[in-house]
Amino acid sequence: MDQTTLNIIVVGLSFALYFGIAIWARAGSTAEFYAAGRGVNPVINGMATAADWMSAASFISMAGLIAFVGYNNSTFLMGWTGGYVLMAMLLAPYLRKFGKYTVPEFVGDRFYSNTARVVAVVALITMSVTYVIGQMAGAGVAFSRFLEVDNTTGLLIASAVVFVYAVLGGMKGITYTQVAQYCVLIVAYTIPAIFISLQLTGVFLPQIGMFSEHTASGQHLLVTLDGLLNDLGFNEYTSGSSPWLMALFTLSLMIGTAGLPHVIIRFFTVPRVADARWSAGWALVFIALLYLTAPAVGAMARLNIMTTMWPQGVQGEAVAVEDLPDWFETWSVTGLLGVEDKNGDGKIQYYNEKSEAMVALAAERGWEGNELVTFNRDILVLANPEIAGLPGWVIALIAAGGIAAALSTAAGLLLAISSAISHDLIKSTINPGISEKGELLAARISMSVAIVVATYLGLNPPGFAAQVVALAFGLAAASLFPTLMMGIFSKRINSAGATAGMLAGLISTTLYLFLFLGWFFVPGTNMLTPDQYLFGIPPTHFGPIGALLNFGVAYLVSSMTAEPPKEIQDLVESVRIPRGAGAATGH
Amino acid sequence: MTKGGHALSDQDSANAYWKANLRLITWSLVVWALASFGFGILLRPLVSGIAVGGTDLGFWFAQQGSIIVFLILIFNYAWRMNKLDAEHGVEE
Repeated sequence: MDQTTLNIIVVGLSFALYFGIAIWARAGSTAEFYAAGRGVNPVINGMATAADWMSAASFISMAGLIAFVGYNNSTFLMGWTGGYVLMAMLLAPYLRKFGKYTVPEFVGDRFYSNTARVVAVVALITMSVTYVIGQMAGAGVAFSRFLEVDNTTGLLIASAVVFVYAVLGGMKGITYTQVAQYCVLIVAYTIPAIFISLQLTGVFLPQIGMFSEHTASGQHLLVTLDGLLNDLGFNEYTSGSSPWLMALFTLSLMIGTAGLPHVIIRFFTVPRVADARWSAGWALVFIALLYLTAPAVGAMARLNIMTTMWPQGVQGEAVAVEDLPDWFETWSVTGLLGVEDKNGDGKIQYYNEKSEAMVALAAERGWEGNELVTFNRDILVLANPEIAGLPGWVIALIAAGGIAAALSTAAGLLLAISSAISHDLIKSTINPGISEKGELLAARISMSVAIVVATYLGLNPPGFAAQVVALAFGLAAASLFPTLMMGIFSKRINSAGATAGMLAGLISTTLYLFLFLGWFFVPGTNMLTPDQYLFGIPPTHFGPIGALLNFGVAYLVSSMTAEPPKEIQDLVESVRIPRGAGAATGH
Repeated sequence: MTKGGHALSDQDSANAYWKANLRLITWSLVVWALASFGFGILLRPLVSGIAVGGTDLGFWFAQQGSIIVFLILIFNYAWRMNKLDAEHGVEE
């Protein structure tokens, strides 16, 4: 059986599983559609949250992101996990106690203002739509690489699958498919990692193997890797630069993570406040299984590539074209890897041609430029099973895992978008008299429309796919996180303050991004250049500054206007204590 | 709604409960910052003398240790708060 057939079978089986769950977990009420009936076990919810959170980018790109930069990109590891500490202590338990269905609903009720609620809806939809475009595109790419269909067909299949279980089951269907998707993706991720660790270091756990002795060289794996990188003119793996910017970027990812509504609403599905607290811990356990493995995969795969290209070490000859391993050829076809024998010596020299130190050495040894001309960072995870010499079914599992990661995140985002439309806009603002049945239908229609729009945008990405994630995190950090936090931790912040603060965070962050990256990210329309960064802060790092502005403006405006009415202060008192959360479920 | 529940009738207990929560959050966030921004990034030069598997403690904190600390913090918070709920009679 060839690899593509095997991939189709394994991916097909995973889809059959998702469909089975969709039929079993149909939503019969709005409580089930928005919050899975609030009956989800905290461990199960933790697993679903992990799948909800870990996107195609986490699964396919993160190891490569760390491998190619090394220590400096630890920001992603700390940022995307540290946010859960903030969520677990500052938001999740209290919002669960509040006991409603959407994030804008809390903002609207706590700040007794429909304006505040609509601003929150705008922020939510902007960040979730920009985020979902990347997921749809990621699903398309995963399909096209593994199943040999073109990108458009891949994306349409992905949308159709999400359509079935998200429209049918809402949060309930999404929760249980996310659990299945988590299992698929974590197995697919860890099996090749364990085998590579065993091959390179003889240690079973990659997290330990990474810091152990590299069997072939007899010294620590990271020392060998640093040595090779040094000899070839690359940055050392373990050294870093600009610590303050690193810290700011990490903080920006942390606050952004804590403020992402599609993750926050997952904590509305557990029965009690105590469960929401445990569940945040379980979510991080399941996320950490991948995030602690990713840096090991990155370092080991990078070392594997270096020793493949330089089998006799850097002092010896580079690898001959005919000696390149089979997986090299397989992945060259996809365009993710590419070699070009520039000096015609029949060997492939891989080095950093931009390094000044390498120019003299290259001239001396007759190299005419780096000959590994294409080296896509995604290859490190995608080709991992082949590099480790694992059987075809593991490769097929990676295919299913990549698709699962993209689908689970897309579904979570689509639910956040559709519930904001059907619950916050239709039910509360446009047609408050809508019946329970009518709202459920409206939720299903909103979900369908959201999927169609996301599919359209995935097929015609606005050409700024890379920047939109920065926008999503920036907005989450600057708008929702501070507002939600103040809503719980301060009784003094009033409607005017919260609305002004949210707008200040939203506008300043969007403006800073647009000024440097172009209006609506259209290339060439940027009005400022990187040398004009405010205090040297790049737009991707702006989240905490926007959050600070939000806090500051909200405090100032609130202190100049009347304090919130008594019943709102009582509401704040009530979200601070767990008792009564169960009662708040049936409404 | 739960206001007027018997737990809230004792305003002092409610205040003490909230103060204890804030204290726990503050300490947790100090450790949170120390493990990530501290040892992982800004204080890395200070602990660079401590070797860990071919590199230094700061690198380990940045790629492994901080995440493990986050895990401990969240579970510790959940455990202590759930206990505190019972002590102040606000559990479910």
